[in-house]
Amino acid sequence: MTATVFKAEGLTKTYLTGDVAVHALRGVDLELFEGELSVMLGPSGSGKSTLLNILGGLDTATSGLARFKDLQLTGIGEHELTLYRRHHVGFVFQFYNLIPSLTALENVALVTEIADDPMRPEEALDLVALGERQNHFPAQMSGGEQQRVAIARAIAKRPEVLLCDEPTGALDSKTGVLVLEALTTVNRELNTTTAVITHNAETRKIAHRVFYFHDGRIARMEVNKQRLEPHEVKW
Amino acid sequence: MNALDKKLLRDVMHIWTQVLAVALVMAAGVATIIIAIGAHRSLEETRAAYYERYRFADVFSGATRAPASIVERIGRIPGVAVAEGRIVKPLLLDVEGMPEPASGLAISLPEGRPPHLNDFFMRAGRLPKADAGFEAVIAERFANAHKFVPGSRFEAVINGRKRVLSVTGIALSPEYIYALGPGDVMPDDRRFAILWMAEETLEAAFDLDGAVNSVSVKLMKGASEPAVIEQLDQLLARYGGLGAYGRKDQLSHAFLDSELEELKGMRNVLPPIFMVVTAFLINMIMTRLIALEREQIGLLKAVGYGRAAIAWHYVKLVLIISCIGIVIGYGMGQWLGHGLTRLYARFFSYPFLIFDNSADVFILAAAITIAAGLLGASSAVWHAAALPPAVAMRPPAPTAYRTLMIGKFNPFAVFDQMTRMTIRHMIRRPVRAAGTLLGIALSLSVLISSLFVFDAIEFMIDMLYFRADRQHATLFFSDDKHMRTIHETARLPGVIRTEPARAVSARIRHGHLSRRVSVVGKPAGAQLSRVLDLEMQPVAMPRSGIVLSDKLARLLDVTTGNYVTVELLEGRRRVFDVVVAGKIRSYIGLLAAMDMDSLNELAGEGQVISAVHMAVDTSRTEALYGKVKELPAVASITLQRVSLARFRDTLAKNITTMMLVYTSLGVIIAFGVAYNSARIQLSERARELASLRVLGFTRAEVSRILLNELAILTVLALPIGWVGGYSLAWLVAKGLDTEVHRIPFVIDRDTFAWASVVLIVAVALSALIVRLRINKLDLIAVLKTRD
Ligand SMILES: Nc1ncnc2c1ncn2[C@@H]1O[C@H](COP(=O)(O)OP(=O)(O)OP(=O)(O)O)[C@@H](O)[C@H]1O
Ligand SMILES: [Mg+2]
Repeated sequence: MTATVFKAEGLTKTYLTGDVAVHALRGVDLELFEGELSVMLGPSGSGKSTLLNILGGLDTATSGLARFKDLQLTGIGEHELTLYRRHHVGFVFQFYNLIPSLTALENVALVTEIADDPMRPEEALDLVALGERQNHFPAQMSGGEQQRVAIARAIAKRPEVLLCDEPTGALDSKTGVLVLEALTTVNRELNTTTAVITHNAETRKIAHRVFYFHDGRIARMEVNKQRLEPHEVKW
Repeated sequence: MNALDKKLLRDVMHIWTQVLAVALVMAAGVATIIIAIGAHRSLEETRAAYYERYRFADVFSGATRAPASIVERIGRIPGVAVAEGRIVKPLLLDVEGMPEPASGLAISLPEGRPPHLNDFFMRAGRLPKADAGFEAVIAERFANAHKFVPGSRFEAVINGRKRVLSVTGIALSPEYIYALGPGDVMPDDRRFAILWMAEETLEAAFDLDGAVNSVSVKLMKGASEPAVIEQLDQLLARYGGLGAYGRKDQLSHAFLDSELEELKGMRNVLPPIFMVVTAFLINMIMTRLIALEREQIGLLKAVGYGRAAIAWHYVKLVLIISCIGIVIGYGMGQWLGHGLTRLYARFFSYPFLIFDNSADVFILAAAITIAAGLLGASSAVWHAAALPPAVAMRPPAPTAYRTLMIGKFNPFAVFDQMTRMTIRHMIRRPVRAAGTLLGIALSLSVLISSLFVFDAIEFMIDMLYFRADRQHATLFFSDDKHMRTIHETARLPGVIRTEPARAVSARIRHGHLSRRVSVVGKPAGAQLSRVLDLEMQPVAMPRSGIVLSDKLARLLDVTTGNYVTVELLEGRRRVFDVVVAGKIRSYIGLLAAMDMDSLNELAGEGQVISAVHMAVDTSRTEALYGKVKELPAVASITLQRVSLARFRDTLAKNITTMMLVYTSLGVIIAFGVAYNSARIQLSERARELASLRVLGFTRAEVSRILLNELAILTVLALPIGWVGGYSLAWLVAKGLDTEVHRIPFVIDRDTFAWASVVLIVAVALSALIVRLRINKLDLIAVLKTRD
């Protein structure tokens, strides 16, 4: 039995915009396990990003509990959350979010400089097969390359968890495959617990575990007996 | 260097034009602090050291003729540390190559020792000897103006006899740092000299054997100056004492004081203006930068950078901009400081005058600048630090624009779409629009207040030389003469008309307030030298009563109808009460005037005059000068035309310099504000503008949207700037309002116009630079990137 990395119980999130309350999460229970790659599917607005943000310490829940290993994420302060993100979590976002004024290598270094036991930035770029492009600025790279730099940046500190919000959302299928391959490689080689939000239902086949979101809840969970390699996935 | 710092440097490089525009405003602030404080210190500290080293006296008094033994009795007045007597006499000088006579002041030197008080710095040569004819050490400025060196000779009328003086040395004295000749309004090196001569020589020449006519006193620490003055007056009363006075009334000292006051005024007005503008610009830039980098900040937070790290990152940016500003400001400050010192050298004669460069001024200037920058950045940085990471990652919601509806009437409907865009954008950012408006208005105010000085000076010249003192020349007698002397002067060559004048030193009291002035007596129906009332109309002297310049009236806290006590300090030293009959205008010194006959009556010394004003046939001036140089009774002659030329020359040079500096400062503000405002808008609206270009709008049309706002703000800023300029000019005039001089508060309409033109050119220039950038707008790139 593998160890639990994340555990959420009755997690809710309500946004108050003006006098309208938006219930982004209406009570989510879930568990993510060490070394596993999970995929999260669900219609737009069903609360996937909200959950991932709470698990990643970017956002706080309205009620319910969320735990990372022994660390209670709900109810702790901004400073603890910052330290939690700094030491344990790697993020990948849909729009890469690279710092445009820094080169690929420097974007990675941005994280390794404040991490405890990071790999060398070059090493991280090699893992995503971008060793050659380290001195290029984001504007000089394609979307897929930029996303791989973002993955390199996320994994360079050897995070325990890697949280990816639509990492292939802005990419074509071929490039998307390259990005997913980078993710599975990291998951396999560094044993990083990984969660990937996607709108491409086929992607679920590369995962250990698939969560289906609906209207702020997890409607269903599947465990894949058989996993596919990213390049085998149909888009 | 870590990655975050690299980002910082590249950010700075990316917005370098904006950084430079702000840095220049900061630099101007730094420079004004440095020169205001630095120059203040240079003058003040150099003066203090100079006084100390050469034992500048604390209290002075003239007398007609007092026995030398009086000095010992003065020394026994409680509170007096040192007392010294000497002979001080005016001379008329005749220098080869200069047709007009010069004025000199001969000061006696004790035999065989340096003076106890009012010693001087010998630049070259040796002290004069008593037995070697007429030898003199002369003031450096006069020497330089005539290229005199030890060994040079020139002629002087000493007690009515022409003598040849030989120069033995060149010196400078703390008593005459600002050396103003009699009747002059500006120092004139060519026409005024201080001469130090052996005591014995002067005693013999002026029949003052064993006598003195001037005493100086050094006070003990903590002694009461008024008390000593009172006792000194009592002691000297019998010997024609002219009323003792402290340093405050010593001409050179008072002028330096007023200069120091002006610098203080400048220090209190200019740097704050620049610091406010700095804070505003930094605020504008940082707010925009942080809005642009919102996602980057979110990412930094997501990967584990804390609030403090983010805040520090942006604070560093402010520090970098400040450092650039400070470095430029140091350079500017140095340069301007040295310029100012050179400018002072035209007025003040110091053996040395170094621009004060002490580190603390620099540190202070840097600290104030950084504080202003951080203050300006604080809200933006705070916002960045507080940005929740999850929110930061989401693109900002499209900005909410408003439409203003008044009932069913949409005021925007009258405008075309372009103008609507402009106005909505302005309304959406009211604080920034207001800030830009005020910044532009402020720069206009600075421009007006600097240009206004020209108007003031022209007005002053017109009043002084063409309305009040319309004589061509004034002869001052060494002693008061009987009224009939006027007939002799009327016979001098070229003299068309003469007008007598009387001047008596006096102390005017009102309650506990008092001032030492020279009460001027004017004959009834004076045509040459007149006094003007506040409406610039010549005042007909009342038979009884005194008129006071408004500054003097303010100092004495009196108004028309009040009584003041006049204590004459000459002759019989009569004391009388007299009604204040009116107020008059004056820009130099303190002025009190009476009808000459009533003044003579009150003084009780018969019909006497001290000076004669003359209208002269200008084609015969040489002959007149030649004759005057031989007149025994004449102590000095003032020539209005020479005086005016000197006034214009000196002031024109100085004011043009100052004006250039202030105008540049105003332009720097205008440019900094306008450029940053337009540039930031361009950055905010690049997408919008590029989209319009894609839709087929021309560059000119697109530029219009952006620059319209600047144009509207500039137009709105004009009236505010005019009002601000008026107020600032008033402050400047007030800052220049001291007992020794004032400037009139008059602003020509032209000045408003010119200042506005300069402002508009500066704004247009910054718009042009932004326009060039609009032309280079990369449509594809702008539309591809997410906003
Ligand atoms: N800051 C916010 N303020 C108000 N409502 C919000 C905010 N963030 C998210 N929401 C709302 O919460 C709900 C869940 O949003 P979330 O971003 O989690 O959806 P998602 O499943 O990630 O959707 P997508 O697939 O489109 O990214 C949505 O209805 C969204 O509008
Ligand atoms: Mg989402």
